[in-house]
Amino acid sequence: MKESLFCSGHSGCPGCCDAMISKFVLRGIGENCIVSTPTGCLEVMTTPYPDSSWNVPWIHSLFENAGAVASGIESAWKAMNKDDDTKFVVIAGDGGTVDIGMRSISGAFERGHDITYICMDNEAYMNTGVQRSGATPYDASTTTSPAGKESFGNELPKKNMPEIMAAHGSPYVATASLAYPKDLMKKAKKAADIEGPTYIHAHAPCTTGWGFDTSKTVEVGKLAVQTALWPMYEMENGEITQVRKVKNPKPVEEYLKLQRRFKHLFTKEGGDEEIKKIQETANFNIKHFGLQ
Amino acid sequence: MVELRNITKDMMTVVEGSYAVAHATKVCKPNVISAYPITPQTHIVEELSQFIADGEIENCDYINVESEFSALSTLVGSSATGARTYSSTTSQGLALMHEVLFNASGMRLPIVVTVVNRALSAPINIWNDQQDSVSERDSGWIQLYAEDVQEAADMVAQAYKVGEDPDVMLPVMVCMDGFLLSHVYEPVVLLEEDLIDDYLLPFDPKYKLDPKDPKTFGAFAPPASYTEFRYAQEQAMSAALDKIEKAADDFYDVFGRYYGGLIDEYKTDDADIIIMAKGSIIGTIRDVIDNLRENGVKVGLLKVRALRPFPKDAIKEVVKDSSVVITLDKNISPGVNEGALCTETKACMYNSDINVPVIGYMIGLGGRDIPEDTIENIVDEAKEVINSGISTESQFTDLREDLI
Repeated sequence: MKESLFCSGHSGCPGCCDAMISKFVLRGIGENCIVSTPTGCLEVMTTPYPDSSWNVPWIHSLFENAGAVASGIESAWKAMNKDDDTKFVVIAGDGGTVDIGMRSISGAFERGHDITYICMDNEAYMNTGVQRSGATPYDASTTTSPAGKESFGNELPKKNMPEIMAAHGSPYVATASLAYPKDLMKKAKKAADIEGPTYIHAHAPCTTGWGFDTSKTVEVGKLAVQTALWPMYEMENGEITQVRKVKNPKPVEEYLKLQRRFKHLFTKEGGDEEIKKIQETANFNIKHFGLQ
Repeated sequence: MVELRNITKDMMTVVEGSYAVAHATKVCKPNVISAYPITPQTHIVEELSQFIADGEIENCDYINVESEFSALSTLVGSSATGARTYSSTTSQGLALMHEVLFNASGMRLPIVVTVVNRALSAPINIWNDQQDSVSERDSGWIQLYAEDVQEAADMVAQAYKVGEDPDVMLPVMVCMDGFLLSHVYEPVVLLEEDLIDDYLLPFDPKYKLDPKDPKTFGAFAPPASYTEFRYAQEQAMSAALDKIEKAADDFYDVFGRYYGGLIDEYKTDDADIIIMAKGSIIGTIRDVIDNLRENGVKVGLLKVRALRPFPKDAIKEVVKDSSVVITLDKNISPGVNEGALCTETKACMYNSDINVPVIGYMIGLGGRDIPEDTIENIVDEAKEVINSGISTESQFTDLREDLI
C-alpha cells in the first residue's frame, strides 16, 4: 500500500471538502482503482500540470461526461480481460452530477456498468464562484440566487439525486458526510465491492462557498447530520436498509447560523418563518427516514 | 493514381457501403465500440451489433450509449485505458460531439470515427453534404475523405495505422458521403482478415490508465504550459503528413489497393484546368474529365483525401503549372461565401511563387444532385477565367431562382 493515494500539496482551500472526501474515498477503496473526475474544483486544484495529487490512475475529460468516461474505462478493461478486482470510480461535484452530468450518469447506471460514483455535494458551483446548482438547498444565498430585499435566496428545494439513482435500479445508494470519515470509507468500500453501478452522495461543506471558518468544515458537516438536514442512509436495491440515528436532533438554527449563505435568515424580516420551513424539512427527514 | 493489383471478380462481394465499413472495422479488432443511431450512419452500428451478437469480434465490448456526446466520451475513457476504439456518426451527432472532439485530440487518443457526411440543421435535412465534418476541421482530428465504398472501408484500417503511430497519436475521422456511399451497394473486396496482421500492429500506447503504473490524464494546463500542448498537436499533425502517405503505400503492399495518399491525381500532367474536390463527387468528376478530354479540354483532377492535415505542399506541386483551379465544396462558411477547399487552397498558394487563379463553387448542399452538366458548365466558366480573369471568385451552384 502506498503511503497516500491522494497527496498533499494541492491548491485546495484550507479546510477543503473535496480534498477530505477524495482522501477518505481512496482510503476506503484502496489503490487498485481508476478514478474519473469531471471538471470542477477537484480537477483544478489537484492537477496543475506538471503536478498531480493522484497516486492512482486518474482522468479528467469534461464537465458533463464523467459517467460516460468511467463507462468506457470499465468496458475497455473488461473487454481486454484485465484482472477483475480493479474498481472504477468517479469522484465528482454536484454540478457535474445532478445538473450538466445528468444524461451521462443516467446512461451509465441504466447500462449497468460496474462503477462507483461519488458525488461530493457542496451545494453550488464553487469552482466558478458559488453559483446556484440543482443541489443548492432552499434559501441558500449564492451568487446567482442571492438574498435581497425581495428574496431569501434559492427558492427551490434540492434535487433528490439519491432517489433518482436508486430509481435506476442501482444495487447500492448511500448518503455520507466528510464529517464521518469511517462511515464514508466503509460505504465507499462497500459500494466498490458491490457489482454494478453504485452511488454515494456525500455532504461536502465548502468553507469558501458557504462562508464559515476554515477550521469548522467538520463541525458544519456534523451539524447537518445532527439537525437531520442531512439524513445518512443506505439503500440496497431501492430499499432503505440502514439509517444513522439522530437521537436528540438539534434545531436547524445551529447549522444555519454558522454559514454566511444563510445569514440573511437571521437578519432579514421574515427570516424566522423561513427557518421554520427549513425546520420542517428536517422534521420530514426524521419521520421519513426514521432517524429517531 | 488509383491502383488495384490482381483484384479479380471472384474476390468481390456486392454489399451495402455501411456493411463494408462495419466489416473493415471488425477486421481491425476494436476493443470498444460505442453506438448511437442517427441517419444515415445507423446501418454501420447495426451491422457491428450483429457481428457482436454472432460472436465475431473477440475481446470487444459494444456500448449502446444514450447520446453521441457519450458515444465519444466513453471512447475517451476506453482509449485512455489502452483500448482500440470505434464509433460512427454524422451531422447533428458530430455537432453534439464537438466539445469531446477537442478533448480527445488534446489528450492524444487515437480514436477512429466514421463520419457519414450529412447536412446540418436548420432547415433539417438528412441528405449528404460535408458541412458536418468540415465544420470540425479545427478540432485537432485527422480528416480523411473517401471516394467510394471500397476506399471508405479500407480507410478504416489506414486510419488506425496513422492515428496510432507513436509519432502521431491523434484521433481520425474517416469521412464518407451519406447515402451516396453508406447506402449504395457496390462490388467490393471485404477487408482481408488474413492479411490485417501484416498491416496493423496491436494498439499498445506508451501511456494508459493502469493501477500498476498510475498516470494523470487530462490535467489542468495553466498559461505557462498550455501553448506547448497545442504546439505538440501541430507537430503531430505535421508528422501525420508522411504517415498518411506511408499508410497508403503500405496498404498497397499488403492488400494491393491504392487510392492516393494525402491526395490523388487524375490526368493532371498537362492540365490547364484542375478540379479539386473530396468525397464521392470524385467519381462524377472523373467521368466529366474523360468526356471533356475527348473534346480536347485539358482538364485534370486533384482529389483531396486528407483535409487535416492539409496537404499544402502536395497541392501546390500539382497546381503550380496549371492555368486555373476549380474548388468544389459541399460546405460553406457563411459570411465568407466560400467552402473550405476554396479558402484553404488560396491560402496555401499565397506567399508562394504560384500565381494561379482559384474559383470556388458551393455544390451539392443538402443532397442536391450534381449532374455532369453542372461540372461541365463550371469548366466552361474556368475557361473564361483563363481568357479574361476572375469575374466571380466563389458562388453557389445551380441556385433555384424560383425559390429566392
